[in-house]
Amino acid sequence: MGVHKPNIKLITEDGVRIDGRRPDQLRPVKMEVGLLKNADGSAYVEYGNTKILAAVYGPRDPGAKHMVLPNRAVLRCRYHMAPFSTHERKSPAPSRREIELSKVIREALEPAVLVENFPRTVIDIFIEVLNADGGTRTAGVTAASLALADAGIPMRDLVAGVAVGKVQGVLILDENEQEDMYGEADMPVAMMPSYREITLLQLNGVLTEEEFNRALEMAMEGIMKIYSIQKEALKKKYAEIEEA
Amino acid sequence: MSMTPTNLPIIPKIRKNAILTLLTKGSRIDERSFDEHRIINAEVNVIPNANGSALVRLGHTKILTGVKAEIGTPFPDTPDEGNLIVNAEFLPHASPVFEPGPPDERAVELARIIDRSLRDVRAIDLNKLVIIPSKKVWNIFIDIYVIDYDGNMIDASSIAALIALMNTRIPLVSIDQSTNEIIIQKDSYQPVPLSKKVVTATLAKITDENTGSRYYLTDPSLEEEIISDTLITIAYSEDGLLTGIQKSGISSIPREDIPKILELTRKLAMKYFDRVKEISSTLLSG
Repeated sequence: MGVHKPNIKLITEDGVRIDGRRPDQLRPVKMEVGLLKNADGSAYVEYGNTKILAAVYGPRDPGAKHMVLPNRAVLRCRYHMAPFSTHERKSPAPSRREIELSKVIREALEPAVLVENFPRTVIDIFIEVLNADGGTRTAGVTAASLALADAGIPMRDLVAGVAVGKVQGVLILDENEQEDMYGEADMPVAMMPSYREITLLQLNGVLTEEEFNRALEMAMEGIMKIYSIQKEALKKKYAEIEEA
Repeated sequence: MSMTPTNLPIIPKIRKNAILTLLTKGSRIDERSFDEHRIINAEVNVIPNANGSALVRLGHTKILTGVKAEIGTPFPDTPDEGNLIVNAEFLPHASPVFEPGPPDERAVELARIIDRSLRDVRAIDLNKLVIIPSKKVWNIFIDIYVIDYDGNMIDASSIAALIALMNTRIPLVSIDQSTNEIIIQKDSYQPVPLSKKVVTATLAKITDENTGSRYYLTDPSLEEEIISDTLITIAYSEDGLLTGIQKSGISSIPREDIPKILELTRKLAMKYFDRVKEISSTLLSG
């Protein structure tokens, strides 16, 4: 973001985006649950070319006793980008961005997990970005909450996320990398949809208050769509088990 | 890996209940109203070796921010821009729960919130920091030192960064045409090209578990922060644009509370701007 490269037209006068989408249209979303054998829960999520693999282990014993709390489970979360996930190879060492995103993603999941059911344990959440094309943190939250549900960990609700951006003054849903990089704003949002509770909210860029309010509405509409795909993905897994 | 904090400062239950009881009556334990910030004071240029510096007190929270300007090379994709680099350190002096070592996730988050609030609105006009296009530019380093932590270090850091930048002097340079060498002029300086002023405004959300009531407190003290479940920070430019947002903390924010949050944070940001103006004018006259 903030890179000012002229001669890139991100949206036409008729509101058609570089990948042909309308401003309020999600990319094709794909979700699969329970694809890893060893993890207690796992999920794979695609928002267009953004591809995320999430795994959950726990509730389990943390090993080190000073890392537990007497009244609840401790969540540990790692958001990490694979070296091959970006155009130029990314060093596998955690960047400052990954350190911050691991924190905001953990804090997006904390309100949903019934942590008080599992005192003195730790729940590990691993989010790996396999291919990055914008919206990796929100797709990461969506995938992680599916993996938590797949692990059978009780939750108040699933958490679903999507970002809203602004390109050439137009608010757009679920930006891809180009739209994020050359756009004027990026606002990732995650919610517990059934409660209308916001669990992740960030803004990088500039919006007026009126734009912010519209962007939040757009994000909520996108989140409701993603939420229903999440529920379908979970149901599908258990339907398959029934058949087998 | 990011982990649920296990070493947060604790506060006695009786104190927590006292704070909550007062909130139900519409007042705070330090007698502020819900939308009132603590006293802000600043000293500037306290660090002679820095190009600019500010020591800001927000209540008992103390932030020392130093700005250094150094000549560097631009990034290949921005050949006609200088660079802005923000870092934050939590000194072990500042709190019993801060440990020496490299910045932890909270320090990284703080630095990135301040960085984002300034960067995309182009608060610093980076194009004016070019010395030789594609070759030499000014790098502006903002280093935020938390030296005493009594809550709301985001706003205190943002104010300290703004006041430090407003009082930063970058040496004037000339270029020797024959050798292409940069000559730093002695005793002549230029200000940082600050095209917009930005501050963050932070609220703490406190939920009374017994009644379910939610309170949004402006500029939370440490005690209020400890019993709060979430902080929400919105950065504003002086002309009222939103230049950054961060929800931070283990709870969520009901969608219906957003209008109230916008109103409270905007009011708070404008109060901060007024106070920064007051401080600047006393500095000029003093």
